[in-house]
Parts: sequence; C-alpha cells; structure tokens
Amino acid sequence: MFGQTKLLRLVQPQQQQSCGMATLKAISIRLKSVKNIQKITQSMKMVSAAKYARAERELRQARPYGEGSQQFYEKSEVAPLEDAKPEKLLIAVTSDRGLCGAVHTTVSRAIRNELNEDSENTKVICVGDKSRAILQRLYGKNIIMVANEVGRKPPTFKDASKIAQETSKHNFTTGKIVYNRFKSVVSYTTSEIPLFSVAAIEAAPKLGVYDSLDSEVIQSYIEFSLASLLYYAMKEGACSEQSSRMTAMDNASKNAGEMIDKLTLTFNRTRQAVITRELIEIISGASAL
Amino acid sequence: MASIGRSVRSASRLLSAARLTATSSRTYADQMSFTLAAANQVFYANQSVKQVDVPSFSGSFGILADHVPTLAVLKPGVITVYEDDGKVKKVFVSSGTVTINEDSSVQVLAEEAHPVENLDLSAAKEALSSAQNSLASAKDDKERAEAAIEVETAEAVVQAISG
Repeated sequence: MFGQTKLLRLVQPQQQQSCGMATLKAISIRLKSVKNIQKITQSMKMVSAAKYARAERELRQARPYGEGSQQFYEKSEVAPLEDAKPEKLLIAVTSDRGLCGAVHTTVSRAIRNELNEDSENTKVICVGDKSRAILQRLYGKNIIMVANEVGRKPPTFKDASKIAQETSKHNFTTGKIVYNRFKSVVSYTTSEIPLFSVAAIEAAPKLGVYDSLDSEVIQSYIEFSLASLLYYAMKEGACSEQSSRMTAMDNASKNAGEMIDKLTLTFNRTRQAVITRELIEIISGASAL
Repeated sequence: MASIGRSVRSASRLLSAARLTATSSRTYADQMSFTLAAANQVFYANQSVKQVDVPSFSGSFGILADHVPTLAVLKPGVITVYEDDGKVKKVFVSSGTVTINEDSSVQVLAEEAHPVENLDLSAAKEALSSAQNSLASAKDDKERAEAAIEVETAEAVVQAISG
C-alpha cells in the first residue's frame, strides 16, 4: 500500500507534464474517428437515397396492385369466423438491415402487443432477421418461420410467393400482415392487412352475389392473393425502410458535424494551452538563471 | 371470336338482371372501373374501358360494365382490352386472378404481364423447346409439374404472338 502511493508520487510530476500532450493526442484521435464516421454516414445516406428513389418508383407500380388485391376482401365483407378455434397468424414484414430509425421496432412492437394479449394461439412469421432478433427473446416459441436475406435487394414477386407458399402450409383462422406503409420521405405508419382462412371467406355475407364459384377457384384465388398482398407489403416496407434510413443517416451526419465542431474547438484550445504553458516554462526557466 | 360473341350475349343477358339491383346500390351506370396490374407494371388503374376479354381456367370470357360479380383464376394467355375510344390493347399474362365486384369494378392482377408486341417469337420458341426438354427429363412429380407449367406458358406465348 505504502509502496504504491510512493510510486504514484514519483510518477505524478512526469504525468502532469505530458498530460496536456496526451489529451491533445486523444482529442485528435477522437476527432479523426468522428470525421470517419461522418464520412461513412454520409455515403450511407447517398446509397440509401439512390435505393429509395428506386424503391419509390417501384412502389408506385405496386400500389394499384396491392389495393386491387384488397378490394375483394373489403367488398365481400369477409369477417373472421367467431366460433372457430382462435388460431392467429402474424406476419412481420421487416428486413435484415438496421440503422434505419424505428421501422423494425414499430412492426415488432405491434406484434408484441398482440402476443401480450394472447400468446397461446398466436404464431409469428418473421420476414427479415430484425423482427426475429427483437421477438426471439420473449416469444421465441411463437416464431414458426423466419425469412432471411431480406433487404439487400429490392423484394421480388418470387420472394413473396415463396413466403406465401410456406405460409399456406400452416393453418390459421385469422391473420395479419404487419408492415410499414410509406407516406412520404419523412413519415410512415405501421399498418395491417387482414388475412382470412378459406372457411371464413366461404362464410362471407356477400359471397352469394359472386357467380359460379367453386372451392377450387377460391383456394387458388386465396393462394395467389396472399402472394400479391405479401409482395405489396414488402414493397411498402422496403420503401419506408430506405426513406427512414436516409433520414437517420442525415441526422447522424448532422450530429457528427456538431461533434466535430465542438472537438475542433477543444482541440485548438488545448493546443493553445499547451503552447502557453511551454512558453511559461521556458521564460520562467530563463529568468531563474 | 366466337367465345367473345357468346360472352357478350351472356353478359347482356346478365346486364338486364344486374340493372335491377343497380338502382338500389350505388353504382356508376355503364361504367367499369378497370384495374390491370402486374408485379412488374401497371397498365390500367381504375380506368373506364368498354370491354375486357380474359383467359381463365374455367374458360375465356368477356367482361362488360355491370357484369355479374365473380372470381376467376387466370390462365396463361392474352387479355384483350377494348378502350372507350375504340383502341384495342393486347397484354400477355402468365397467371393471376380476376375479381369482378358488385359495384362494377374489375381487378385483373397478374404475376407478370407484357404487351404482346414486346414478345419475341424466336425467343418464345426457344423457351418452348427447352421447356419440353425439361418435361421429358423430369425425374419426380414436382419437377414434372413445374415443367408442365413451363410448357403451357411457353405454348401460350407462342400462340399469342402468332395468333
């Protein structure tokens, strides 16, 4: 104990002398790293701006498609069967990639709220790794399927139909696709598209007005419309994600800029202090002679 | 052509029946709100057209305004749209759905659709022969079914270009 304090005392004056230099070095290292981070966020913003432009263009094509595929469900007034066993299926449309604000969290939160109510009879399909990462810890048992490699490239109809095919293997009485609906570059809302079982559609009150239907037609119709709805939701999600990433990266660049300003100021001030102190040391040394 | 004539006849028969109900519910008389969209392209979005002929698994049929509500599944083939100003547009579709609702709105949603004039005959014939080859060399039922669909679509493409 005694030895230690002695050692400290011995070292102290030396440390004080190099203290100013050390902080100067530390500040310049920090400044450099923040500058690098700003460069990275700036280029990520540029990349997502380009990706966003494409996603938005494609979304404009997909909107009439998605709205068209929802028309039948709205107009035939399908409602979930009440007496059936409540087996719920939730599809979370997210992606693998982060650094894009709260897009994935809002989708996962909507699903978590549903799971909080009834986690017994609810199953979750995660499209994209992010929703799995968020939901896995509390509701790992409820996840029946995860789709990977989402978000690197724009979603295609083939991706959607693959998910739809796997989804149709699971039985459910009611369902929901939870996705982010793109509104503008700065805003999106978390929305839902309801899904229905074949039995619910066959019991729809207005199905009677539709002519010449057999169960095979309905079955194929539902399978295809599930794929189109998923495709539409994925397109909306991709567009919201890119726009949100753009805003997030823009903010990050701005924050890095602020930090750089502050650090430069501290750096200059410390440098000045070091110079002044050295001068004082030289002058007082000279006057002591 | 004969099928169009038949469908027009049956449609006009249904038209008179649909008129009776049309007075009670809100409809746009003699106006059809037509949407033809595919995953790759949107051709019409809630536009008014005169007539649409679609190929479906339960047979090809024509749709006029106030058609009886129905659902159908598309078969690979050509959709013919007769626009209000008399122009005729032919679009090839691979698969998809047709929805005709009570308020005379029609949604044709295809997996993939292209105008017929964009299709290339030699490429289509090549695709057909390679599809036939893969059908012949198919090992299990799944492969055979996939190849059969390929052949059917390729045949429809060739037919759409030549006919």
